[in-house]
Amino acid sequence: MVVPAVLTITGLCKTFVSGKHTLQALQDINLQIQAGRISGLIGPDGAGKTSLMRLVAGLLQPDNGEIQVQGIDVFKSPLQSQSVLSYMPQRFGLYEDLTVQENLDLYADLQGVDQQQRQQRYTELMHMTALAPFTHRLAGRLSGGMKQKLGLACTLVRTPQLLLLDEPTAGVDPVSRRELWSIIERLVKEEGLSVLLSTAYLNEAESCDDVILLHEGCVMGQGTPLSFSQPMQGRSFHISSDTLGKRQLQHRISKLSGVLDAIIEDEQVRVVTHTRQVPDLNEDLAHLADARVEACSPTFEDAFVAMLKKQHQGMSLNIEPTTSQSNLSDDTLIEVRHIKKRFGAFYAVKDISFSVKRGEVFGLLGANGAGKSTTFRMLCGLLPVSSGELMVAGHDLRHASASARSRLGYMAQRFSLYVNLSVMENLNFFASAYGLRRAQRTQRIAWAMEVFELGNYANTSSGDLPLGFKQRLAMAAALLHEPDILFLDEPTSGVDPLARREFWERINALAESGVTVLVTTHFMDEANYCDRLVIMADGEVLAQGTPAEMKARFRSDELPTPTMEDAFIGLIEHRQTSMTEVTV
Amino acid sequence: MSPFAKRFMRLRGLIRKESLQILRDPSSIAIAFVMPVVLLLLFGYGVSLDAKDIRLALVVEQPDAQTSSLTSAFHHSTYFKSITFHTIQPAERALVTHVVDGIVWLRSDFSARLLNHGDAPIGVFVNGVDANQARITQGYIQGVWQTWLQAYARQQGHDLAIPVRLEPRIWFNAAVRSTDFLVPGLIALIMTLTGAMLTSMVVAREWERGTMEALMVTPIRIWEITVGKLLPYFILGMGGMLLSVAMALWLFNVPLRGSFLVLSLASALYMMVALGMGLLISTVARSQFVAGQIALVATFLPAFILSGFIFEISSMPAPVQVMTHLIPARYFVAILQTVFMAGDIWPVLLTNAAALLVMMVIFLGLARHKTRKRLD
Amino acid sequence: MALAIKELLAVLKDKKGRIVLIMPPILQLFLFGYAASFDLNDIPVAVYNQDQGADSRELVARVIGSPHFHLYADIDHEQQISSLINNKNVLIVLHLGPNFSANLAKGPGTSAQVIIDGRNSNTALLVQGYLSTIVSDFNVDWAKRNGKPPPLASLKLRAWFNSNMVSRWFIVPGIVGLLTFIITTIVTSLSVAREREAGTFDQLLVTPMRPVEILIGKSFPGVLIGSLEGSFILLMAIYWFDIPLRGSLGALYIGMFLFILSAVGIGLMISSLAVTQQQGMLGAFLFMVPAVILSGFATPIANMPQVVQWLTYADPLRYFLIILRGVFLEGDNSSILMHYYWPMAVIAIVTLSLAAWLFRHRMN
Repeated sequence: MVVPAVLTITGLCKTFVSGKHTLQALQDINLQIQAGRISGLIGPDGAGKTSLMRLVAGLLQPDNGEIQVQGIDVFKSPLQSQSVLSYMPQRFGLYEDLTVQENLDLYADLQGVDQQQRQQRYTELMHMTALAPFTHRLAGRLSGGMKQKLGLACTLVRTPQLLLLDEPTAGVDPVSRRELWSIIERLVKEEGLSVLLSTAYLNEAESCDDVILLHEGCVMGQGTPLSFSQPMQGRSFHISSDTLGKRQLQHRISKLSGVLDAIIEDEQVRVVTHTRQVPDLNEDLAHLADARVEACSPTFEDAFVAMLKKQHQGMSLNIEPTTSQSNLSDDTLIEVRHIKKRFGAFYAVKDISFSVKRGEVFGLLGANGAGKSTTFRMLCGLLPVSSGELMVAGHDLRHASASARSRLGYMAQRFSLYVNLSVMENLNFFASAYGLRRAQRTQRIAWAMEVFELGNYANTSSGDLPLGFKQRLAMAAALLHEPDILFLDEPTSGVDPLARREFWERINALAESGVTVLVTTHFMDEANYCDRLVIMADGEVLAQGTPAEMKARFRSDELPTPTMEDAFIGLIEHRQTSMTEVTV
Repeated sequence: MSPFAKRFMRLRGLIRKESLQILRDPSSIAIAFVMPVVLLLLFGYGVSLDAKDIRLALVVEQPDAQTSSLTSAFHHSTYFKSITFHTIQPAERALVTHVVDGIVWLRSDFSARLLNHGDAPIGVFVNGVDANQARITQGYIQGVWQTWLQAYARQQGHDLAIPVRLEPRIWFNAAVRSTDFLVPGLIALIMTLTGAMLTSMVVAREWERGTMEALMVTPIRIWEITVGKLLPYFILGMGGMLLSVAMALWLFNVPLRGSFLVLSLASALYMMVALGMGLLISTVARSQFVAGQIALVATFLPAFILSGFIFEISSMPAPVQVMTHLIPARYFVAILQTVFMAGDIWPVLLTNAAALLVMMVIFLGLARHKTRKRLD
Repeated sequence: MALAIKELLAVLKDKKGRIVLIMPPILQLFLFGYAASFDLNDIPVAVYNQDQGADSRELVARVIGSPHFHLYADIDHEQQISSLINNKNVLIVLHLGPNFSANLAKGPGTSAQVIIDGRNSNTALLVQGYLSTIVSDFNVDWAKRNGKPPPLASLKLRAWFNSNMVSRWFIVPGIVGLLTFIITTIVTSLSVAREREAGTFDQLLVTPMRPVEILIGKSFPGVLIGSLEGSFILLMAIYWFDIPLRGSLGALYIGMFLFILSAVGIGLMISSLAVTQQQGMLGAFLFMVPAVILSGFATPIANMPQVVQWLTYADPLRYFLIILRGVFLEGDNSSILMHYYWPMAVIAIVTLSLAAWLFRHRMN
């Protein structure tokens, strides 16, 4: 059966020019999207997803090529094409100072929806998104997940033929993400909608009917999720060991010759091999004797990483732990007792406590707005606490002396080095800010240039670096003075899977050499890299412990091997039911 | 539904949205209402070109009946606050150290020469650093001197033989109050700021928050977005204007000699020009920061200096005079000063209004031409 | 020191920032230098001379021959006066009655009427001043020519420091202060806010640097750029606008340094309070407008109400303008200006310490 195409793109090219720089955002894109399906545009930040979405919506003029929506040329008759599609931009396109109802009314007016049809549609939408109790709340006061659903509702006040969603799930908690997906699936089933959505979460690929993999402005492939992972069959394995720590295990396995990729997944190491061959553990004679190897089914991410690694051949990393200290001693390095943070009448952090031991990788996990960053900033002494106590290496950093601060490294959520200074100038500046003497400074900067492979970019403005290199530079700057404690705020958001792997490898190496690492993330799978973690939601700690402990709590017959995401969702649902019990 | 009804619905939706946003956003209310009040108070009270309490050193080397008749004339004048010296040196020191602004020097032979029908000299030194104030001070001293001369001559029993007496009649502002001309000019300045800054920043805000993107994908037309934005801010700006006029009339007692209707119509026209400038700025500036800066440099400063608000245009160098014709505030200042102080003088009003109309068409036309339903 | 260099690089490498620093000051220098003047030239005059005697013609010739006035029209009907004035065709109408010469010859005197458009009251006052000078010169010459006694007493007017009373001599030194003020405040008012917005300020605060070090680093570009541009405008004032520099340049630079420090302090204080660059900009604007208006730049502080005059004591520009004009025109040296140095030093110390305190305490 041939399904008609709702969207056809042929020979599409787009470059952006800003000053001297030209950026080839999209190169010769050709693709078709079938009606009545969910098509996912998948790729890391900077792959060109948003540009492609905007081109389809008729908001950008291409250099070359053609886009047809339902046979209408988007560039020749933008008004007609816009009348058959709806578009939700990245930040949902909501007016934060209007209420939920007013936002809906506005979009209904703009789309010319009849008064009579309107009421019925509103009821449907409010039911579907569960926003009915909040119609008079200002959109700015909604949580991230609710904003996302309202944004979706606004694009649906009239039934479009093609629905464009630009990163609808970015930074939203897993519960809301699941809800959004079920809404979209229902829409496609019940109303016959065609959906094109973009996402940077690779695991969402599996929920799409059709996947378009975009990388650096090029389509790397299109097909069903299965068509990507199928060729990988027989190349994915789980390896576990009782004697070795999972970080050690991963490090050793990644050195094996047949291994393409090794990451920590839950309590074991996930391995992708170059060919259909069981990894040969005997290569590492001494230590991998007790490791068990099990074949497992390949994922979309396996396929993507394999494709990327094929492209970037020869870029092998050589990260060795500098000194292998006996980590995990018992002295507590970070102690947080009943801290609260209030902004006006709003509590961003409500009474949380935890402690971190020397040499641990400790995670703060939660969705945007859960209070992770606020907690983090209080720990670094950047925000005063409203009440409670906290100690970092025996000091409250807010009042600590310069010498206490010289023991920690800090990497902020967004890239926050000086964008118009070159890589070298940035490193020089931070070296002197941390008070490194001349000889030491030269030596450490040389170290950073070498270890983080920044040599080719020494004189580039750091703002012009590729995203992955920005990340490296930021980390290099935070490590120049060899800190004992490293604070990392959302270090991996938006970077491609390779850069994420590389990043975690470095953190592992640091942890192995005795550095204490405190890290925040909203990627659930990254929690597995932590020794211990707390899960936060709405400013509260939902659970605290090792990843294995957390997952064990949600092991059941239906879910014999729960993932971190399952555990998180379980915790949130548990909290919601207990809250309703209280209110009832 | 007919296309017309749909169009109306879209427009209504936008206008309602914009009005709700204005009501909920304290910053636009602040720009429209608080800023005029603050600026008017500041200028109305802080800026005055009327010299009063000019500090004067009276140097009387030999006091007698003649000198005291002259010094008492200075003592009685409301313009001066005088200190008496007996020698010139301390008075000169007072002038150098800014203790006094001017010196009136009666030498020891003053009375003798006066009584002998001689040409008795009165030395007058003013601090010329502030040339404008110096001239005004000299003018006031001349005034006191003439009055005294007449009175003295009459007292001596003979008429004063001044060949030609200047009889100035200052129309429209007989009391020569600078507030009367500064405050109307200020209204033009305030409206420039509210109109241009408000619209350019509001449009930039939509770009910044990503809502413009969502708007543009709906079937809305560009002119509908334009009207939807202009109308609420037009009303807001006119509200600010009415507030300023009320303050001018009742707080600063500026006369309104023309009709209120003419004032309102002219203001409405100028408001459109200012909004047009704001829209034009917003087509190039996509961030509130840049928009605010451009609005400040491109509209506020010229309106301040080149509009004739304080500085006389006809005295500027010719190339600068040509430039002033490009400044819309120039025409509005002329209208305001005329309507407030002179009345409905049609030739002035019509020519300036025509110029404003042309500018409005140009600005709105350019803004319309430059705005696309696109992001690049 | 590394911070100071980095700060300077950050300001200079930013293209938008560079434009903001260079274009507006030059534009304003010329705009103010040429357009902002209270001196009147070529004021359009209409003459309604009903008398045809030689004396009346001489008086008219003296008025029109003055560089301040030029003849717009000769009129012969009274009714024309109001339309010419109302329509702003002329600023003044000089009216000499039919018996002007006859009355003058007969004695004791006659009158010359002028109608002045009072819509700009300052202009009206100045025009009146110019005219009365012309008329009294005429009177002296006429009396001498006709053998009449001179008036009993006459004024010998002299303006010190600016004998021709050129208002450019007053305005241009003021611009030196005004632009130095604006540039310094803008450079510094964005510096902390920019870093807060980019997140780099957090990065800075977690380093072992002390607030004093951050303060010195942050002040450096403001001080440097402020003094460079200040010196440039100073040169322009001396060589382009030909303003006499009579006092000691050293005294001026002591003042400029203290003034820039206080402007830097204010800018950094605003900047530490602001969370975004936009707020920093707005804050700078909200501070600068009153500070300029109340500084005595265009209108004398003595004319302001007492309460407002008290406010001006907190305005560093007030003192710097006095110093500038004092050094330029009055030939002042540093000992005379001591009175004006110390208030700026106090403002600088207070604002700089507040700014340093705010670095860490303004967080929410």
